[in-house]
Amino acid sequence: MDAEQLAERLRGRFPDVIVARGEVTVTIARKELVDAIAFLRDEPELEFDLLSDASCTDWPGRDPRIWMAYHLYAMARHHRVRVKVGLPEGDLHVPTITALHPSANWHEREMFDFFGVIFDGHPDLRRIELPDEWEGHPLRKDEPLGGVPTRYHGAHVPPPDERGL
Amino acid sequence: MAEIPQRLEGPEIGRGVQAHRLADDLMVINMGPQHPSTHGVLRLVLTLEGETVLDCNPVVGYLHTGIEKNAEYRTWVQGVTFVTRADYLSPFFNELAYCLSVERLIGIEAPARAQAIRVMLCELNRIASHLVWIATTGLELGAISVMLYGFREREAIIDIFEAITGLRMNHAFIRPGGLVMDLPEGAEDSIRRMLLHLDARTDELEDLLSGNPIWIERNRGVGVLDAETCKAWGVTGPLLRAAGIPFDLRKTNPYSGYERYEFDVPTREEADCYARYEVRIAEIRESLRIVEQVLDSLPGGPVMEDDPKVAWPAQLEVGPDGIGNSEAYVRHIMEESMEALINHFKIVTQGINVPAGEVYTAVESPRGELGFFVVSEGGARPYRVRIKDPSFVHVQALPQMVTGGLVADVVASVASADPVMGGVDR
Repeated sequence: MDAEQLAERLRGRFPDVIVARGEVTVTIARKELVDAIAFLRDEPELEFDLLSDASCTDWPGRDPRIWMAYHLYAMARHHRVRVKVGLPEGDLHVPTITALHPSANWHEREMFDFFGVIFDGHPDLRRIELPDEWEGHPLRKDEPLGGVPTRYHGAHVPPPDERGL
Repeated sequence: MAEIPQRLEGPEIGRGVQAHRLADDLMVINMGPQHPSTHGVLRLVLTLEGETVLDCNPVVGYLHTGIEKNAEYRTWVQGVTFVTRADYLSPFFNELAYCLSVERLIGIEAPARAQAIRVMLCELNRIASHLVWIATTGLELGAISVMLYGFREREAIIDIFEAITGLRMNHAFIRPGGLVMDLPEGAEDSIRRMLLHLDARTDELEDLLSGNPIWIERNRGVGVLDAETCKAWGVTGPLLRAAGIPFDLRKTNPYSGYERYEFDVPTREEADCYARYEVRIAEIRESLRIVEQVLDSLPGGPVMEDDPKVAWPAQLEVGPDGIGNSEAYVRHIMEESMEALINHFKIVTQGINVPAGEVYTAVESPRGELGFFVVSEGGARPYRVRIKDPSFVHVQALPQMVTGGLVADVVASVASADPVMGGVDR
């Protein structure tokens, strides 16, 4: 099954399926997430049984602001799908999928740590990479990178986030 | 007797253990972050009842360096120098997965010669990584000579890397569009010589370990992770193959021309530490096969996409302090061609432009599926570079391996998972 055929198969269940650069992306509403992941995992012919990755991207100024991206892989059929869910600013809640894919546990903790996404029903939602007392969620776009200016051969090189590439 | 608190406070102490079980005979101990056998700075909070592990909580983050955030503030090409430092035992895989992602976003493919050299470097890197694995595992299980031999053979590969890229590790040699530069003169011959040497030395390592009763005793039936558990916890790579599933992205979803080479995907059924050892040794041999085939069929031609908007403008060469602009090239832009100087200035200061979009690219690293989710909003900098490192997932699955076993087996289990904290914490 190539990407187009897979997309065609998925369109029977999901209204928003696109194919770009050979990758199939399904965009769904937040409340459908758990059902959709379960469907993708359990439906014969699809069998997306491996959660390759779960991550998100911050788009300040857009609505929704945070976009979740779940990358699923079908071990028997060797195809991939990306499931995207948008979360509006001020309401960064999304249901956990740890009941379906236990490996989502740490990925979700990482997103909580770096983006401040709250995973409802997560068994152990706390920071994973940063210290527990850390304030803020540093992978958000409005968090500065930080850094100090450097003097090099008499010239001052500003820190990376002030270089204005 | 001191009163036992109803529930221990603190972020991770005794998590998963019922409060009423925290009686006198249970002990919560920290293994790591500076235990010699925790592969860097991994910390395991173990709840023990005598010698039996009742609960295990891995604590990570000690090596977090913000590679993903940093990449958002650098050009696409500079990104390579950051991502290569994530899993420092398999730098070429990080570079390859990142560069494949950028190339897919631009819509280009590296020239055939660049792809073949990428495959060769990656397979040599896989051998080097497996050698470090066998060396450190040997050390942790008391076979110190194996540690010395493993690192010695790895050094031969590192020398080749140094001759080719100028650096022993963190090469930043694979770039979007191809490679920094071609192989130096004589590289092919020295790799061929090393292959012969490595083949013999792999036999030697195997002779040392395979029939060794202590080695068998420490590994057989230890740290079992069956195929279903692997899938549920996202575990890939040698751990999954040791559980009987022949899943290898080089076969299932070939990239960089892997479909052109003949190799097998070794599997075992036992799913224990010993099976992982056998799988990795077999993989070293398969990688040797692939490198040989690459050398036999190495195509000619350029090693960088022929597009001034993508390719790094300078001719680079290895100098005394690593890779730098060649003298002839500096003369060309400074004295001969104004246009070349302008192009050089634009590419070097502003970087290459990558169209908007997002891709997830996965490669088979020595540890399993290494994925890069790269997002571009169009322009000279990545919008987001997400690294899904297999070590991160495998450390998460450690409790599945060690709970219920003996505390001494924790060492063997952690070693068999081969986590690299640089990749876990990024």
